[in-house]
Formats: sequence, C-alpha cells, structure tokens
Amino acid sequence: MSLGFAILTALLAIGLLALVFGLVLGFASVRFKVESDPLVEQIDQILPQTQCGQCGYPGCKPYAQAIADGDEINKCPPGGDVTIKKLADLMGVEAKSLDAAHGEEDIKKVAYIREDECIGCTKCIQACPVDAILGAAKQMHTVIVDECTGCDLCVDPCPVDCIDMLPMASSAASWRWDIAAIPIKQIG
Amino acid sequence: MLNNFDDIIEKLDNHELWDFPGGVFPAERKTLSNKTPIQRLSIPGRLYVTVKQHIGVEGHLIVEVGQKVLKGQALTKSMNPFAVPIHAPTSGEVTAIDKHVSAHPSGLPELTVQISSDQQDKWAQLIPLTDYQSQPKMQVLSAICDAGISGMGGAGFPTHIKSSPKKDVDFLIINGIECEPYITSDDRLMREHAWQIRQGIDVLCHLIKPKHVLIGIENNKPEAIEAMQVACRENPNYRICNVPTKYPAGGEKQLIQVLTNREVPAEGLPVDVGVIMHNVGTCFAIADAIFSGKPLIERVVTITGEATEKPGNVWALIGSPVAHLLAHCDYKQAVQNQPNIIMGGPMMGFSMISDLVPVVKTTNCILAPTDNEMAGNNEQACIRCSACADVCPASLLPQQLFWHSKANELEKAQEYNLFDCIECGACAYVCPSEIPLVHYYRIAKSEIRVEQEDKQKSDKARGRFEKREARLIAEQQARDEKHRLAAESRKQAMAGSGNNAKDKIAAALARAKAKKQVSSAADDKLTEPTKVAPASDAQETIRAKETEPRTKSVSSNQRVQAAIERAKAKKAASEVPVTDTKPEPILKDNKNVTELNKKIVQKQQNDLDDVGVDEQLAKVDNQVQVEVTNTVIPEDVIPHQQQQVKADNKQVRITAAVAKARAKRDAQKITNNQGTSDKTAPAQKLNNTETDNPVDLVNIEEQQVEIKKRKIAVAVAKVNAKKAAEKAAEKNDPLL
Repeated sequence: MSLGFAILTALLAIGLLALVFGLVLGFASVRFKVESDPLVEQIDQILPQTQCGQCGYPGCKPYAQAIADGDEINKCPPGGDVTIKKLADLMGVEAKSLDAAHGEEDIKKVAYIREDECIGCTKCIQACPVDAILGAAKQMHTVIVDECTGCDLCVDPCPVDCIDMLPMASSAASWRWDIAAIPIKQIG
Repeated sequence: MLNNFDDIIEKLDNHELWDFPGGVFPAERKTLSNKTPIQRLSIPGRLYVTVKQHIGVEGHLIVEVGQKVLKGQALTKSMNPFAVPIHAPTSGEVTAIDKHVSAHPSGLPELTVQISSDQQDKWAQLIPLTDYQSQPKMQVLSAICDAGISGMGGAGFPTHIKSSPKKDVDFLIINGIECEPYITSDDRLMREHAWQIRQGIDVLCHLIKPKHVLIGIENNKPEAIEAMQVACRENPNYRICNVPTKYPAGGEKQLIQVLTNREVPAEGLPVDVGVIMHNVGTCFAIADAIFSGKPLIERVVTITGEATEKPGNVWALIGSPVAHLLAHCDYKQAVQNQPNIIMGGPMMGFSMISDLVPVVKTTNCILAPTDNEMAGNNEQACIRCSACADVCPASLLPQQLFWHSKANELEKAQEYNLFDCIECGACAYVCPSEIPLVHYYRIAKSEIRVEQEDKQKSDKARGRFEKREARLIAEQQARDEKHRLAAESRKQAMAGSGNNAKDKIAAALARAKAKKQVSSAADDKLTEPTKVAPASDAQETIRAKETEPRTKSVSSNQRVQAAIERAKAKKAASEVPVTDTKPEPILKDNKNVTELNKKIVQKQQNDLDDVGVDEQLAKVDNQVQVEVTNTVIPEDVIPHQQQQVKADNKQVRITAAVAKARAKRDAQKITNNQGTSDKTAPAQKLNNTETDNPVDLVNIEEQQVEIKKRKIAVAVAKVNAKKAAEKAAEKNDPLL
C-alpha cells in the first residue's frame, strides 16, 4: 500500500515536472524564435560582395545560402584563399584551394568606361549588380569608382567594347609596408 | 582610477616623476648636430609642396599653373574642419600641379604644387592677431587653422582641432622630450626661441584653459631646460619638468604616464584623461601665426649622420627637396655603399627612395648615416628570449605579435592588441636575432586596415546589391500589376464592344427597314419624281455610313431613334420635290442651302463634344435632308424642261432644215438656169428668187434667233442647276 502510494507519488511528481518543463520549453521556442538562419548571414559577411556571379549563383547571398546547404566553399575567386580559409573555419570543413573552374584570384580591378566611345546604350547599367554605373539612354555613361566591385559583369554586354577593367590605383593610404625597407640600429 | 590633480601637483613639487614600463637607452648621437645655431638655407630653385601633409582631408587647390604666388599665400582652401591649408613657402610661380614623390615610406606619388622661386622672397600681406586675448576663441582657432598648423611632432594632427577640447583639461603638456637619437631640432629651437615658444603656450592656454602647464624636457638638454625656465619665469602655472632620458619618453602616452601617472585608454585620446599635448615646434608656429600672421611655411630640420660634413639644424622651407638640405651640409654619398637617406630618426624613420622628396610639416630630421652606423639586415629566428617584451613601453607581447603577424593571423594579432603598438622600435633595437619586428607589425597593421576597408566596401556593395534587388522586384511587381490592370480593362472593353456590335446590327437593321419603308412609300406616292427618292436615299445611305464612325460612341437606343428620325425626315424630303419644281426658286434655295450648310457645319463642330450630340445630329439630319433633296431636285427636274425645250427645238430645227433645203434647191435651180438660159432670164429668175426668198429667209432667221435664245436659256439653266448641285454636294460632304 505505502509502496504503491510512493510509486504513484513519484510518477505524478515526475509527470508534473515533465509537463511544466514541456510548457516552458514550448513557450520559449515560440517566444524566442530565431527569425532567419544566422549561418547564411555569417557566410554572407565573409564573402567579398562583388556580386560577380563567378560561383555560379546570382550574387553573394545566394552562394552563402548554397554553402549553408552544403555546397563547396572554394568557388569564390574574388575572395581567394583568405575567404576560403575563413569559410572553412566557420563551416568546420577543410580549406581547399580555389576551384579553377570558377576563375582565378586576381588583383583588384575597377571598371572604366572610355567615355568618348560610349554610345549610351544603358546595357552596362542594367548589368551592374551594385548600380555603380551612372548614365542615361543616349548619354555618356561612367563608373562610380568608389562603388565598383570589379565584378566584370558590365564588360560583356557593352556593344562597342568601351569598358576596361583597370587595376586599382595604389595610394599611400592603402600601401602595405615593404619588408625590404632597411631598419636602422645603433652599434655605438 | 585617475590620479588626483592635487596629488600630481604635490609630487611634481617634490621633483618626483613616474615612469613608464620598458624603454631602451640607445646612443644619443645628438652632439653631432646640436653644437651650431640653426642656420638659414638659401631658397631652393624649385619647391614641392605636398597638398596633404597632415591627418585629415586635403583642401582644394585655389591656385593654377602659371600663377604668381607670394610668400605665405594660401594654396588650398576647404570648409572641412579637418582640412588645414598649405601655403607658398616663397614667392614665385606655380610651374606644375601634379604627382610628385611623397614623404611617405612608400614614396608613392602624391598631388604636389611645384613652385619655382623668383628668389625675391616677397611676402604676401600678413594679418597678425596680437590682441588674441580679446578675440573670441573661434577667431583664434581659425587663425591657427588658416596658418596651416598641424602637429609638428610626428603625426600631423590638425592643431585647431586638438586645441578646442569638449572636456575640461587638467594639464597642457608641452612635449620637448625629443627622445630619438640624432635629432636636435626641438633642442635648438628651445635654446634659441624659448620666448616665442612661451608665447605660443600663452595662446594655447587662452584656448584650452588648462589648470596647469607642464613642459617636459629630457635631462640631456640642460641648455634647453634653462632657456625655457628663463622664458617661463613669470608664469607660476608653467612648470618645466626635467624628465629622465629614456627612449621612448617622447611618446605621447609615455610622457603622460611619466608626468601624471595617467594612462590613456587603448582606443582613447589624451583628453580622456584630462591632458592635451603639443609639441614645442607647434607652439612656436602658433606664436608665429598669432603675433606676426606668418603661416607655417618653414621648420627646423636636423641634418645629421656621419655621411654629412657639416651636420646641424637649418630652417628649411616646407617643400624644399631633401637634396637641397643635404647639399647645404655637404652630404658625401661616397661613404655609403648605396645611397641611403632616412627621413626621421633612426628608430622610427624610413628610407627615402629619392632625394627629391620634399620636406613636409612633420619632417624633423634628415639622417645620412655611414654604413657602419646602421645594422645589417641579417634576420634570424626568434629565440624566445623575451627581451622585446621587457622593453615594450606599451606592455605588449612583441614576440606573440611577431608570430601572428608573420603567419598573417591578423585576428590573433589584434587579440594581442597590435593596434596599441606605437611602433617605437624598442623591441627591434634589443632583439638579439635582429628581427625587424616593427616592420612586421606595420605590415600586419596595413593588412588589417586594408581588410577593414574591404569590409566596409563589401558592406556597402551588399547594401547596394540588396537595394537594387528590392528595386527590381518592386519594378517587376509594378509591371505585373500594370499588365493585370490592362488585361482587365481589355476584357471589359471586349465585353463592351460586344454590345456595341449588337447595337450596330440593330441600327443597320433599323436603317434597312426604314429604307424599305421609304422606298415603298416612294413607290406608292411618287408618280412624277420617281427618281428623286432613290437618289436622295442613296445619298442618305452614304451619309449614314459616314456618320457611323462618328456616332459610334453614341448609345444604341439613341442611334436607333436617330435612324428612325432620319427615315422620317427622308420621307418628308421625298414629298418636298413634288411641290418644288420651278428651277428659279431652287437656285435661290441653293444659295441659302450653301450658307445653311456652312452654319450647320460650324454648329456641329461646336456641338460635337456636347452631351446632346445625338439630338443635334438628328436635327441636323432633318435639315440636311431637306436641303439635300432641294439641291438634288434640279438635276432631276431639268430633263423634263429639256425634253420640252428639245421637242420645241426639233420642230423649229426641222422647219429650219426644210426651209434651208428648199432654199438650196431653189438656188441650184437658179444656177442651172443661169448656165443654160439668157442673162435676162436668170436675172429675172434671180429676181424671182430674190423676191420669193427674202420672206422665207427672214422667217428662217427669226426662227434661228429664237432657237438660239432658247438654247442659251436652257444651257444657263443647266449650268446653274449643275453648279448648285455640286455646291450642295460639296457642302454635304464635309457635313457628313
């Protein structure tokens, strides 16, 4: 009798606890629900945002989504090995070398329109993923250098081939110290 | 927590100071250059004034190539608070504005104003501000800014920004430490111009209003200390602090630590701990700007090193090429294996890639060392001796930083506070493996800066990309919506046009019926003018056809009514001709008709847009029909008249022809007689004929005249009728 009562009490207590915790957890999962997949955001933060589409996806965000869904991490030539390394750290996979099928890492470039040859067809404007080209129909176009990601997408649509990809001009501000500079030391 | 102000003063009163961690004691080598007074240089033939010589933004140029400039004339201008102008160091002509090798470790070309001097050294007009104490602070600050003064100790921070703190300032510290070996420019300046430096300090005190002024001078410059003490004797608030010689005591954070025992937070500024620091050179320049209006166009530069014959300090115009300075001190390149000139001191300076590098506002030393003065570049592996950590004035772990910087592990290097490194070079100085540690840090720092820049850029690109995507989607949606609406309206129009077709059919049926009625009525009623009804009817149908497109918009019922009305009018019209048969009134009518038609046309055009278009049309139809039938009538009536006339004519003509033929025959007879009989006989006969014929001839002539008259009348009538008919038709046409 007393044993049966004890078992019943125990069962009741455990069941009650389970119910309470279940309710708390259920409430928490609704109340503190995470809206979007943070992983995609994190991957998107690492990608270089050139929006060039060399990975085969229409922009960096779609590629980030694809990586989150299990695609390879070595399809981003503008990001290069640095990006691959970071992605590998984030995804917990091994860092691979860049997939040559998607292009090779290159120095940073910006698009430049030879303005006297531009016929004002607006095709490059439509191609630019970041709206970095300024112009109107039958008016000369030009690239806003600060906004250009160097994605190369405007070069092909140009019917008169007046767009060049020029390497970024180096300035004193962006200069990287040269190890060859000779250090001075006293011997006195 | 912050040291109490009173505690600090008490300790300073006891001639006690604090210390900063680490530090090294390199050979000073200052006696090379500090024995001689500051010399004046000759004016170089060409000066290269770099547009950006300070931290912040550059102004925009206000001179152009070919323009004559006077000494002290501003070359740039800007509304940006972080911009300080540059000035022409001497009078001359601007010969070029383009990129020239810069006073930067990279030597990358930067925008430079080139001035060829005319050796006149003619000053522009200067505006001193001697009564600065009665001027508003902003006035004094803008005078300092307009004089182009930026920090002359090394970083080149705009002085007017530094001198307008938002917080209370306990200490204004004047940095006269000059801890780096070789350099003696501040030393000589203090010795020779202590009074003017004190004037500059006065101005700064007026602006900053510190509780106390500390002038820190290393104890290896006793002459400078003495000179400053003499100059500041009258100001009890100015305290000369005799700082023990230790490198890098001249570092901003280190000097604050030594004098006040306050530590500037990692990402903070000295003002966060109630301190503002200015270099003695800056104080001198401020005094120049305020009391004589001179902008910052020259500074003291130490030219030293064993590769120079006559080392010393010179007043160098900003923009002078280094070659000009070296020539003054007899630089012997032969004693060097390869040309090597260093801008700045041996610890923190950099090798220049060209001797055309100009002197800038932060240039304090040009060092031309012999080969045995500098260490070779034989870097060896780190042995983990931790000597670098012992001497680091910022208490960092240099070997860890080196490790991560070399492996390009930038995040880890940052975790070890890479950005707190002041790049003093103490660690590299003590390194037994001769590792150029500072260079590794500088590379890592620039890598991180570039990365951060990229990050910013990619964030911006992401934003733009996302906005563009959103815009494209919105545009697509707008297009779809438009298409949907258009399709809907088309559908509605289709449904509507279906009704319209029915209406049309109904209208056509009504018209046909009306026509049938009319024609049957005409058949019944019209006996004489049989042709009239069909003719007018034909016209009517033509007109109806033509009016149709116009009245499409009109609703079907009204149309039917209109058709019925038209039919009625037609019927009425068909009866009109019976009464009107005389040509003359018709002609009058025709004139009226043309006028009427004109009026109607106008009326119609006026009323077309009105709501009552339909009724109007119906009315017009009636009128027009009446008139049209009127106009039509003559054509149909004339034949009757003509028939009558023709009949008359025939008879007349026949009689005329008979008469003619008779006369001819008679005439032939006479001629025959004349040919056969006597002359008398024919004469008689001729007489006969003459007597016989005249009556006939007269008759004939009379008849012919009559015929002619009638013919003319008929022709006139015909022509008139035709004209009228044509006019009517013309008027009707545009009406339809």
